[in-house]
Amino acid sequence: MVVEAKTRINLREISNKEDKLAPGHRLCLGCAEGIVVRQVLHAIDYPVVVCSPTGCLEICTGLFPYTAWRVPWVHSAFENAASTIAGVEAAYRALKRRGKIEDRVIKFVVFAGDGATYDIGLQWLSGALERGHTFLYICLNNEAYMNTGIQRSSATLKWTWTTTTPVGKVIPGKKESRKDMTAIIAAHNIPYVAQAAPHAWRDLMTKVRKAIAVDGPSFINILCPCVRGWRYNSKDTIAISKLAADTCVWPLYEVDHGIWRLNYKPSPQRPLTDWFLSQGRFSHLVAPDNANLVIELQQCIDQEWAKLEKLCQCFAD
Amino acid sequence: MSDRLRGKMPEKGWKELPIRGLIIEPGNSVNYETGSWRALRPIINLEKCPHCMFCWLFCPDGSIIVKNSQVTGVDLRYCKGCGICAVECPRQVITMVEEAEVAKETNVW
Repeated sequence: MVVEAKTRINLREISNKEDKLAPGHRLCLGCAEGIVVRQVLHAIDYPVVVCSPTGCLEICTGLFPYTAWRVPWVHSAFENAASTIAGVEAAYRALKRRGKIEDRVIKFVVFAGDGATYDIGLQWLSGALERGHTFLYICLNNEAYMNTGIQRSSATLKWTWTTTTPVGKVIPGKKESRKDMTAIIAAHNIPYVAQAAPHAWRDLMTKVRKAIAVDGPSFINILCPCVRGWRYNSKDTIAISKLAADTCVWPLYEVDHGIWRLNYKPSPQRPLTDWFLSQGRFSHLVAPDNANLVIELQQCIDQEWAKLEKLCQCFAD
Repeated sequence: MSDRLRGKMPEKGWKELPIRGLIIEPGNSVNYETGSWRALRPIINLEKCPHCMFCWLFCPDGSIIVKNSQVTGVDLRYCKGCGICAVECPRQVITMVEEAEVAKETNVW
C-alpha cells in the first residue's frame, strides 16, 4: 500500500495557526532547525508529543527556566530519544487499553540531531524501529556536532573541515566517508523513510503528512544548513539547502512501503565546486593543490546518485 | 547584566522553581526577547507584498506577523535579523536596514 498525503498544503491557511514552537528560542540567527521544526509541526494537524535528545535544538529551546515548546516535550539523554518516545507511546497505548486516558489520535515525534542519530543513538533507534512503535523520527542533519563546537560526525562529508578534523599540510580535513543513514533505516523495512530539505517545503510537509499517516515507525532525514559550522552568511540558509539538492549532495527521495521514489531531479545537475565555493568549511578544496580531491568527491557523489536513480527506476511503472 | 539581556522573567530562587527540571508554562520563551541580537532590521513594503507567506514559512523565529492570511509586519521583539526573508521574497519587497541607521533616524538607541 502506498500512502497518499491527506490534503494539499495551503500556506495562507496554515499561516493563521499558532506556531507550536514559540519565538524567543535561542537558535543562532538563520538556523535551519527553527525553519524545519516549524514546517514539520505545521504539517501535523494532530496533538503531538515531542522528544529531543541533547543537541542544538534541545539546548536552544529548553534553556531552563524557559521553554519554546507549546506542545508536551521531553528531553532525554544523547542516545536514547528513540527509546524515550517508544516508552511514551507504549504507555499511552496501555493507558488507553485500560480506559484510564481519553482515546484520541496523538502523534509522537522525535527531533534529533545527526550526532544523536548517526552515531550515539543508532542502536536505540534501530531497536525502537524493529519493535514497531508508531512514531516519527526526524533527524535534523547539520553534518557535525554543532552545539559543542563543530566536531565531525559520521554524517560529515569526506574532506570537510571541522574542529576535530582540522585542515593541515598533510591531511586536508576529514578522512572518512559519510554513512548513508537513510538507506540504513530503509533496510529496517519500516513503512516510511524519506530524505528532505527545507527549501522544498511542500515536499517536506507532504512527507511529514505521509509519515504520520502510517501505522508503525517512520523516519525523515532533513538537511539543516548551519550558519556557524558551515561558514556562510545567515541570509543564505535556504539557498544553500537548494544548492545541496541541485548538486546531488542531498538527493530528495522517499521509500514508501519498500518502494523507492525520487522526488527531485536537478536539471542540469550543478558541479560539486559550486557547493564547495558556497561555504567556508570547504575553502581548502577550492585551492588548485586539492583539485584531485574535488574530482574524487565528484565521482563519489555521481556514483551514489547513479545508484539511487537505478534503484528508483526498478520500482517505476 | 541589564534586564534587556536577561529577559523579562523575574529571577527565581531554588525554592520557587519547580522540581526535577520541569517547566510548567508552555512557550514561556516569549518572555525572552531575542530581538536584542539583531544588527539588521527587515522592513517590508506592505503595499507591494504579494502575501505569498514565504517570509513567514522560512523565518526561523516565527517573527513575521500574519493576520487573516495577510502579512502585517515583523515582530521586532524576536527577529534576530538573519535576512532569509529578504532573500527568499519573490518580489524583493523586504529590505534589510542597519539598526544604527534606524536608530539615527528615529533617535532611539
